[in-house]
Amino acid sequence: MIEYLQILGQEVYKIVFLLVPILVSVAMIVWLDRRVWGLVQKRRGPNVVGPFGLFQTLADALKYIFKEIIIPASANKVVFILAPIVTMTLALVAWAVIPMSEELVLSDINVGILYLFAVSSLGVYGIIMGGWASNSKYPFLGAIRSAAQMVSYEVSIGIIIINVLLCVGSLNLNDIVIAQKNLWYVIPLFPMFVIFFISALAETNRPPFDLPEAEAELVAGYQTEYSGMMYAMFWLGEYANILLMCALGSILFLGGWLPIMDVYPLNIIPAPIWMISKILFLFLLFALIKAIVPRYRYDQLMRLGWKIFLPFSLIYLVFTASFLFYFEKLPKVNF
Amino acid sequence: MNIVRLLKIIFLVEFISGLYMAIKELFRKSKTINYPFEKGSISPRMRGEHALRRYPNGEERCIACKLCEAVCPAQAITIESTERSDGSRKTTRYDIDMLKCIYCGLCQESCPVDAIVQGPNFEFATETREELYYNKEKLLDNGDRWESVLAKNIKLDKPYR
Repeated sequence: MIEYLQILGQEVYKIVFLLVPILVSVAMIVWLDRRVWGLVQKRRGPNVVGPFGLFQTLADALKYIFKEIIIPASANKVVFILAPIVTMTLALVAWAVIPMSEELVLSDINVGILYLFAVSSLGVYGIIMGGWASNSKYPFLGAIRSAAQMVSYEVSIGIIIINVLLCVGSLNLNDIVIAQKNLWYVIPLFPMFVIFFISALAETNRPPFDLPEAEAELVAGYQTEYSGMMYAMFWLGEYANILLMCALGSILFLGGWLPIMDVYPLNIIPAPIWMISKILFLFLLFALIKAIVPRYRYDQLMRLGWKIFLPFSLIYLVFTASFLFYFEKLPKVNF
Repeated sequence: MNIVRLLKIIFLVEFISGLYMAIKELFRKSKTINYPFEKGSISPRMRGEHALRRYPNGEERCIACKLCEAVCPAQAITIESTERSDGSRKTTRYDIDMLKCIYCGLCQESCPVDAIVQGPNFEFATETREELYYNKEKLLDNGDRWESVLAKNIKLDKPYR
């Protein structure tokens, strides 16, 4: 029993050391997002609270904590309260398998990528629960749209992941990173990287695919009835998901925690810094894209997902498989 | 479909040029001002917060002719007056309901002695409604505080009236 508690204590310690940096970086990333968005539009963005406005998100969070939480009379209270918790938890839970370096990973499981994929699929539940439990038109429509959108794009993300897995021969995220020691997969699988990136935009409900929150038609989508800290939790979950997608992209295509080249001045920089800089690079792209693109129409979104991305990634999968087979480069897997 | 257009779509040409433009704009100077710390220029005709002015010897300008009260389209001004011992007519009460006021500037136009004026101050937001029911003291206080600017603005605007 005491032994068990000791192990539990160690794990909690590790989890806290993982979660706190993630929550802080989510706050920073919200600031970065708003700032980049503002600068591209020739505004200044948040620049008052703290140096360069870095503490803006903390101030916002403080505001949200002190705000009243309003639960609509006709809402299903249990599900209504559960929804933001589910969103936030799932967004954070997925970080358990993301390797920051070879050792710096909470749980180095064999099926890391499957776990990641499963958790990000579950993310739809938070949104559906929020939309349904609100018992109101706009949240419901927003939730339906969001669910359809996320499910559609998950299909092509799944096939893109299979593309990478074919080259690696392992589901372990560290193995995926190490397999890119000589060549990052962004080069041979460049079209897949582009499709992955666009699908990640759709998966996290970012512009140009932010249809669930299309304010002109749906007010704020599934978040319409939420207020106070519950709204903030949806919001944090969303940004944690965006960061997660960036991390996944950098692991699958940009060589995770590996340096750009294994030469002297670059390989003494610690691995987590490489990982973080790659995540930041992808996130900057996310933020820039938010500033430059108009929103897609719903049918265009669905057409893009099912009629273009899905067949294209399937064809590329066949191409990758036959290339690897013909040149006998298929990874050796020992069961 | 035109083949060039198709290739453009496949290789995301428009998108990449948009991204390039966004990155370019990211490093340019922003067009907005850093508002609470720096402010834009304000015309001398700015119709902002009201003020009651005084003569240089400290006597109130207002002669309680009630022209402003009469002309006010929102009926935001209330004036009561009395005769002083020296025979001059002065106000005992001069209230402006800043919530009713539509900032049209007619009170300033109608005033024969340039007593009630609208100054350049527009940052007088308050936390309660009651603070926006201005009385004579508050208006005179405003006049004292902004006198230099008010006098300059009236002088600048004189040739166009």
